[in-house]
Amino acid sequence: MTPVHTIVAKELRSAFVSPVVYVIAAIFLAIVGLLAYSAAANASNQAIRLMQIQNTYAQLNLNDMLFRPLFRSINLILMIILPLLTMRLFAEERKLRTFELLLTSPIGVNEIVSGKFMSVIIVYSGLLSLTSLIPITLSAYATFDWRPIYLGYVALFLQGALLISIGLFASALTENQIIAAFLSFGCILGLWMLGALGGIVGDTTIGHILSYLSFSEHYERLIRGLFNLKDILYYVSGIAFMWFAAHQAVDAYRWK
Amino acid sequence: MHFKVTFLTISRHNLLGIRMIDVQHVTKRYGNATALDDVSFSINKGEIVAFLGPNGAGKTTTMRILTGFMPPTMGTVRIAGFDCLETPWEVKKHIGYLPETPPLYLELTVTEYLTFVGRIKRLSEDQLIERMDTIITQTGLADVRGRVIGHLSRGYRQRVGLAQALLHNPPVLILDEPTTGLDPNQIIEIRELIKSLAGSHTIILSTHLLAEATAICQRVIIIHRGRIVAVDTPEQLGAKLRESETLSLTVKQFDPDLLEALHHIPGVIRVSQGVTAHTYLLDTQMGRDIREELTQLVVSRNVGLLELKTQTLTLEDAFKVLTQTNTPSGPGISTPDGPH
Repeated sequence: MTPVHTIVAKELRSAFVSPVVYVIAAIFLAIVGLLAYSAAANASNQAIRLMQIQNTYAQLNLNDMLFRPLFRSINLILMIILPLLTMRLFAEERKLRTFELLLTSPIGVNEIVSGKFMSVIIVYSGLLSLTSLIPITLSAYATFDWRPIYLGYVALFLQGALLISIGLFASALTENQIIAAFLSFGCILGLWMLGALGGIVGDTTIGHILSYLSFSEHYERLIRGLFNLKDILYYVSGIAFMWFAAHQAVDAYRWK
Repeated sequence: MHFKVTFLTISRHNLLGIRMIDVQHVTKRYGNATALDDVSFSINKGEIVAFLGPNGAGKTTTMRILTGFMPPTMGTVRIAGFDCLETPWEVKKHIGYLPETPPLYLELTVTEYLTFVGRIKRLSEDQLIERMDTIITQTGLADVRGRVIGHLSRGYRQRVGLAQALLHNPPVLILDEPTTGLDPNQIIEIRELIKSLAGSHTIILSTHLLAEATAICQRVIIIHRGRIVAVDTPEQLGAKLRESETLSLTVKQFDPDLLEALHHIPGVIRVSQGVTAHTYLLDTQMGRDIREELTQLVVSRNVGLLELKTQTLTLEDAFKVLTQTNTPSGPGISTPDGPH
């Protein structure tokens, strides 16, 4: 086992003995399920109404009516629940003084940070794969374009990874889990607001920079089914930057 | 002259190769506060050394610097010949560290926890299985190996912490207050365990219990306000603190002339009255045993000898004297390099 595997295995073990993961998973899946159900019910209502008016089979775009709004809502839910998944990563180690064990062992800070990051990614991927039941079930009753769905999941994965890396960094800054959670809420909210600010500033250089920095436009493009390397690059560089920041924060802890 | 000294130091290091811990002029500042001020000492292979000092003296800071967890502001630290700043990786492989609070994951079982520790200490799976059994027996954890650490008592947690430090069989052990929170029986067990590791391991442990230092350590380093005030064996430390030896004499009958007669025994510096009129305290010259002459005198005067004892200064006294004086060096005992 490499050190990263060891850290991942330990983190997963710790995550699944605490009720936090189960509670978060239950809330997440319940909300996503409810949203999907209400969107599907709404779509079928409209289809029935259209059928009554036009007296033929209705042609409704499920991608527009269901999946895109659903992906937008999931993003909002992620912004709330992912900081709760990441808050304990380093904060708990600092509180329990186990950080001293990690930092005095022949294991690199990069391995510790990567291991912790990957463990949450695994939990998150598990959650995400459970939501795939929604398009799979719907595909039995309706036809829709799969491409935006695939890209939507890519977007969800990248968006989640970005939020997790922000949470990872926030957790490395404090030994209080609540503060860590609020720090990452703050960062995420700030990043989100940058997009809105970019919209207000409008079609200027500053406006473009602001909206580029925010995840909103990149996420939106991907869930529309538009593949653009620029957007992928945004996420990858954002995750890399936050990973590096977390690495620095962990390293800096020793110098205090 | 200068070259001669340098040569001596180098040859000792190279020929014997036994300096496992070598701390040179280490200073650590937190902002404006100085936690350690020019600390130098070295520990040879197989020695058990106690780090003694009141709370806040800089014990934990020193230990954290030794483990490479924290870099010193100035100075160099070498563990087993490896520099803590230049080759932290090697240093980390050579040390076992038990911090003040045992670093335990409360949600894991003892076996799971030790497996995790073994893996991050880079033991191979075979070594891990072998060491795990040894260490669990050695630290007396066999009964609780399957239990969740969060459910264990303070004493067992401390042992798990110790097991963690010993697991990869490191040549250097750094133990920060290893016996705190244990009951008297457990303390004895842990002390025996630490003693049994001497010789093959180099151990530095911090404590504020003087009895502990005397019980298990060959040398004591006394630290106070970030400075080393004394380095010596527990016995010599006491001896060095005394300029003279004191005898206490108790007789049955009061004899007004006795005081005068005691003065005339050769080697006696000062005679003073003790707690009662029947007790005399005699300060004598170092290394001069006057007990025989004294008993003869007392017996010949027929006053009834009840008691005669030497008063030894315990480490406790030494500690008080050394840490309460404002001058950092005690009376002639500031030798950072020990008696070797």
